[in-house]
Order: sequence, then structure tokens, then C-alpha cells
Amino acid sequence: MHEHAEATPRLRMRGVSKRFGATVALSNVDLLVRPGEVHALIGENGAGKSTLMKILSGALSPDSGSLELDGSPYAPASPLEGRQNGVAMIYQELSIAPHLSVAENVMLGVEPTQGPRVRWSALRDRARDALTHVGRGDLDLDQPAGALPIADQQLVEIARSVALGARVVVLDEPTSSLAQEDVQRLFRLIGELRDRGTSVVYISHFLEEVRTVTDRYTVLRDGQSVGSGMTADVGPEELVAKMVGREVAELYPRSTRTRGEPALVLTGFAGGAHTTPLDLTLHRGEVLGLAGLVGAGRTELLRAVFGLDPVVQGEVRVAAVSGPATPRDRWQQGVGMVSEDRKREGLALGLSIADNLTLARQQTFLSRRGLVDESRPWIEKLGVRCRDAEQPIGALSGGNQQKVAIARLLHADVDVLLLDEPTRGIDVGSRAEIYRVIDELAQAGKAILLVSSYLPELLGTCDRIAVMCRGRLGPARPVEDVDEHAILLEATGAREATA
Amino acid sequence: MTAPSSNQPLRRALGRLGPLLGLAAIWSLFAVLLGDSFWGWDNQRLMLLQTAIVGTAAVGATIVIISGGIDLSVGSAIALGTVVVALGLSAGLPEPIAAVGGVLACAVVGAWIGAAVTGRIAQVSGLALGAALAWSTVGPLGLPTALGLGFVVAAAAFALLPRFVGTVELSPFIVTLAMWGALRGLAKGLGDNQPVYVDGQPALLDLMRNGDSGLSAIAAPGVFVLAALAGAFAWMLRNTRFGRHVFAVGSNEQTARLCGVRVERTKMWIYALASATAGLAAILQFAYLGMGDPTTAEGYELKVIAAVVIGGASLTGGEGSILGTLVGAFIMTVVDNGCTKLGLENWVQEIVTGAIILVAVAIDRMRHRRS
Repeated sequence: MHEHAEATPRLRMRGVSKRFGATVALSNVDLLVRPGEVHALIGENGAGKSTLMKILSGALSPDSGSLELDGSPYAPASPLEGRQNGVAMIYQELSIAPHLSVAENVMLGVEPTQGPRVRWSALRDRARDALTHVGRGDLDLDQPAGALPIADQQLVEIARSVALGARVVVLDEPTSSLAQEDVQRLFRLIGELRDRGTSVVYISHFLEEVRTVTDRYTVLRDGQSVGSGMTADVGPEELVAKMVGREVAELYPRSTRTRGEPALVLTGFAGGAHTTPLDLTLHRGEVLGLAGLVGAGRTELLRAVFGLDPVVQGEVRVAAVSGPATPRDRWQQGVGMVSEDRKREGLALGLSIADNLTLARQQTFLSRRGLVDESRPWIEKLGVRCRDAEQPIGALSGGNQQKVAIARLLHADVDVLLLDEPTRGIDVGSRAEIYRVIDELAQAGKAILLVSSYLPELLGTCDRIAVMCRGRLGPARPVEDVDEHAILLEATGAREATA
Repeated sequence: MTAPSSNQPLRRALGRLGPLLGLAAIWSLFAVLLGDSFWGWDNQRLMLLQTAIVGTAAVGATIVIISGGIDLSVGSAIALGTVVVALGLSAGLPEPIAAVGGVLACAVVGAWIGAAVTGRIAQVSGLALGAALAWSTVGPLGLPTALGLGFVVAAAAFALLPRFVGTVELSPFIVTLAMWGALRGLAKGLGDNQPVYVDGQPALLDLMRNGDSGLSAIAAPGVFVLAALAGAFAWMLRNTRFGRHVFAVGSNEQTARLCGVRVERTKMWIYALASATAGLAAILQFAYLGMGDPTTAEGYELKVIAAVVIGGASLTGGEGSILGTLVGAFIMTVVDNGCTKLGLENWVQEIVTGAIILVAVAIDRMRHRRS
């Protein structure tokens, strides 16, 4: 790419900052992408990649900083304006209109018209052209796009960006739901886009992919750009060091814990379609962490254990009881779960704090007053900041909502806690209080299975940590024997787990 | 509520009373325009009587709507109920038995709807098939053989069909839309396509008559039926686990499932109870008409939904109250009654009622946006 070195950059983002309330999402970020270049944007969860790309697409506007496309100022007011300027986003969650035909999907929003009338033959011709460019000129233009396999839907989206004449195509975790041969096909296609002069911003957690498919990289950490260069010049170790590189604050209290008898035993267990059978033993009085990337299969594991999803194979034993069960059975066996999706599953946002807190354990006859009284000690214990227990939970901050979701488990007096990303998207103060509660529970002999994508938190709170990568669970190691480097290498598939 | 110096609870109470204030405003308006021909007790008794039937069915519909569902079959269920009660009486059954029969018939329909909504369409189809077979063969084969045949077919279908079909969740809108047609048809079939008349003057008819002495001098017994039902349902929603689960399922079904609520079973009960109240409304309707009529109560399903919605419930679930629903039902009666007394034609009433639905819901949305 050296012949482009002096050319006008395709995209230049300079000094971009963005805050949400008190949270600084981006601080003075620079990103430079050249024409005909595949540029990797890497960083841990929460490093600011999505925010940066939302600014690029026009979904958010920056508080300060400037953007240029091919040398001219670019300040999109909306994603539509971004698209009109030739910036196409392809998200992990594909945006296909499943009922529309393949041709209509490719040409969505850029339909050729004559007056009010769609020119169907022109639409089909252009859709065919675009699909040929992405190597699927053979697709049936008239079939509903929803009937295609995921990999082809993704190609339809890429064809959409071709039909748009996109100058910059952003691919967000494009391989996370693809099979290996589809990944290879996608990589060839990315190469062809590059050869035709399109710039590609490639976001991925998988460092081996980054090395295969990208020319240059930029690393984001805690909302700042901390390094960029030629991908060929750096090893995965160095990239990981750039991604991590921070101190672990004194957030994590750790009292002396005594490991007791097994509380939850999984044998040859597989939950979720893409997971490999695994064995796992969770003891009383310990916090066992499950590390891994988003989509590695940890949530599927927890959901199947809890009875929310069917168990594919294998056995779950809770204390002395074994076999599959419904969530109701699990609660009665003393197992509780905190969902990773607080808004859609974890809490009923329209209901009161008291209703949410007591929902897992209520008497046949009850009174509103009684529910409020039952809730009060837990509200105090977890430091939930609220007006009163009858306040709708939707009015609380994310951190306080999450404390109620955890308080529900304490109110139901469970022995085994399945916590899925319990501190996602909440402020540091609430995080610290949740860590304190986790520590107290472990000390009191509860068994805690903690799924988190935030490594410092796992290292700070857990006694043992196991890493999951693409549905495969590595061995659980004592926390003293692992560090962020080792976990990231194992989670990104850069290093195979060794027992 | 120990929170000091906060007007939040006050505002919340005002929000809850919103529909009541609306009712007071509309009532006062007519009282000023019409004088004592509107606000006299005789007219109040009449309006209470006119509200009793829709109000009774609306109490049940409230829990369906709070749970995030909808029931479009209410009117047809009421018609079916009147026919069942009338048939029972003409067959010489004692009045209480005939009345309970009407409620039970509707409750069974409701359980059927609940089962279909929660994915057990195959099982309930099997039951319906067996019942239909028994009914259609009872002539040539005699009762015991027909029942036995129906039972065998139902049991076989019940056991076998699910293997091929699995669970198929259908939206309550679709299931009850189907029942809206099917129950009306069933009522017509049972009544042989015409009203079912009853000999003599059953005491049931007094339910919908204003009397001269005792309680019925204050209001017709049917109004007290509505009041008792509303009280029981309000208490149930507030003070039982089932009631709280109704709100939880409607507010967020996934959360309810996560928390171990048996969502399917809860929904079965909700639809069964709601249809049972439609059965109760059917008894009142029978009392009002003095006969079983398969074509009666047409459009009641929408009146019922309107009452619930004017009362502050959300069609997306999780919100609603029995008191609100009663007020909503009464608002519609007041508008009908007032407009009639003003000499306005029916079409004016209908436009006004439509406007009230829109205004009530718009005000409710605005209130939510602020909080």
C-alpha cells in the first residue's frame, strides 16, 4: 500500500470526542483509512469501537473533532446522509428485510424510478450487477431474502453497499456467525473490494483474522486511540498488550473464602447448538469466572443450565438433584440467574421495584404493602438508590436496576448464582457495590458462576477462571495462574487451551 | 411512601384517578345541559343498568389486556352464553344450574383459547373434534355410544396430534378472531338459527330490573353482581401471586419466565377467567332480553376493549386497573345516555365515543411521557 502513502486519505477522523452524561466514551480519537485499504479497528468490549462507528455512520454526532472523506469535510446528520456520502455499515445483526426479494433488498433505498413508478427491469439489472461483484451473480433475485442462509444474507448486504457505490464499508464482527468456508469466501470478497479501491473498516475480536485480512490497524482502549500501524509488523502478543495496558484499580474486595462441596456439576453438557460438550464443577464458597468473547457460547450455557433453553446433551446436577428442569424448578432448587439483557429479559421495566425484586418468590396470597416490606432490607443491603420500593424500576439508573436484578436472587435465598454480565453498562460506583456483594456471598458459602467479557473484573473477583472460545470450554484455572494476556490469547483463538 | 417532601405519590394517585376525573367532567357537562332529567336517581339507576353487561365482561377483559393479550370473542361468547342458559331453562333445569352452565360453557371456551394461545392447538383441536363428533352422532347412535365415540376420538387426537404438530404458538388476536366467528356459529347451531324462548318468568330476569324495595330499589341486582365481581378481581390482581403474575407476564414475558413464572399456565387461567366473566355477562344479557339470542351482543368485544383502554390500560400489556375499566365503561354509558337525552342522533354518539377513546389514550400517553 506504499503507493497510497502520500495520497489523500479516504477517511480521516481527527480528535473525535464523545461523552454520554458523565461517561467519556471517546476522547480525542484519531483514525486514518486510506483508499483501497482494509483497516482493522480493535479493542476490548467497551473500548469505544461502536461509538466511533456510530459517529462515522451518522447515527451519533461527535462532541468535538472533525471527519473528512476524500479530503472534504464530512458531517453526516443521519445514517441516511452517511449512506448518501458512500459510507455503508454492515452490522453483526444483519439488516435484511426478510419478506422482500433479494433484488429489492440489494436496491433498498436506491430503487431506480421513473416518476412514482419503480423501473423493475433496471432494478433487477443493477441488483444482478452488484451480486455478481460479490461473487453471487447466481442467486435467485426473486426469492425472499429471509430464506437465504446467513452467509448469503451477509453477501446481499455487501452487494447493497456495492450498489450504493460505497467508498467506505464498515464490517462489524462479520465472521461471528459464519462457518469456516464462508469465512474464506468473505475474505476473498474483502480482497476484491480493496482491489477496486473501496476502503474497508474491519472490526473483529479475532486477532488471527485481523492478521489474515487487514493491512493496517488502529487500537482503541478506554475511548482513546493508543496505536496504529501495519498489521504485518505486529504479533498478537503486542496487539493484546496495546488492548489491555491498564492498571486494575482497587475495586475488588476479596475476603478469605472456603471452598466447599460441589453445588453445580455439569457432565458432558452442551447447551446451545454450536457448543461442544463440556464438564464443569462449581463449588460452594467460590466464584468461578467464564471468560470469552461475545458470542462464544457462555450465555447459551447459562440459559440451558437454568432451563430457559433446551439442553442439547449431557447432565446437570444441582446439589443432589440431577436432570433438566424448568426455571421454576431451578428457583426451587436454590438456583437463580441474572440475565445479560437487563432491559428485555432481566427486568419488567414497567413494574415497581418491589414487584421485580420479589417476582421469583411470592406467596399465593400477598399484599402490596407486604411486598414493599419484604423488598426494603434488600434495597438497603445493596444500596439501591430509589425513592421507595413502589417506584417503577424503569425510572432508576442502570446500576440501580441491576442491583435489584441481583437482589431478586438474594430475596429468593438461592445457593447457586448464575450471573451473566452483571455489570454491563453500569457505572463504576454500582460495579464496586456489586463486587462487594459477590464477595460477601462467596464468603457466606454461596456458589457463583460469573460470565463476564470484562477481564479485570474476572481477575479481580474470581477464584478460578475458564475460557470459552467458539463453543469450546477450556480448563478452569486458579486465578493466580492466569493473566489478561493468557486469557485474551485463549479467547481469541490465538492460542489453543492447554490443560 | 415514607419519602419526605415528594409530590410523586400524589401525582401517581392523580394519574390513577385521571379517567375518574374525565368521567366527572363529562357527567357534569351533561348535568348542566340537561338538568334533573339527567342527574336524577332514576336516570343514574338506568345508566348503571346499561353499564352492567359491558362492564362485567370488561372486568375479565382487563386481566387479558394487562397480560398483553386481547379477546375479540367476547360478544360471541355472550351470545353463546345466553343460548346455553335459555336451553338449560327450557330443558327444565333449575335456574341456578342453568346460569352456572352458561358461565361454565364460556369458561371452557376460555380455557380452550388459553390452550391455543400457549401453543397447544393440537391438543385442543383433538378435544373439539371429539365433542363435535359426539354431538353430530348423538341422534343415530344414542347418547352413551356417541359420548364414548367422541371420547375415543378426542383421546386419540389429543395423544397423537402433538407428536406431528408440536407446540404452535398463535397470537391471541388470531385465536380470538377465529372464536369470534366460531362461537357465534356454535350459538346459532345450538339455537337452531333462532332465538331460544323460555316459558314463564324466570327469577333470573329480575337481575336486570330496577325494583321498588330493598337493594333493588337502589340499583338492579345485576349492578351488584358487577360490583362484587369487580371487587373480587381488583383484590385478586392486588393481593394474589396470580394477580402479580398477570402484570409480570404482560410487562415482560421473558422476565416472568426467567423468574420461574409458569407463563403458559398463567395465560390459560387468564383466558378461562376472562371468558367466565363473559359468561356472567351472558346471564345478565339473558335477563335483559328474556331469551337466548345467538345474534345478540354484536360488537360488544370492541365496546369492552374500549372500556378497558379508556380506563388507562395499555394494549402492550403490564398496565391497567379494574377501577379504570369500570370508569371507562361508565363513561361510554354516560355519553350514550346524555346524547340521547339531548336529542342527538346515534351517529353523533358514535363519533363522540370514538373521539373519547382517542383523547383518553392520548392523555394517558402524555402522562407516561412525563414520568
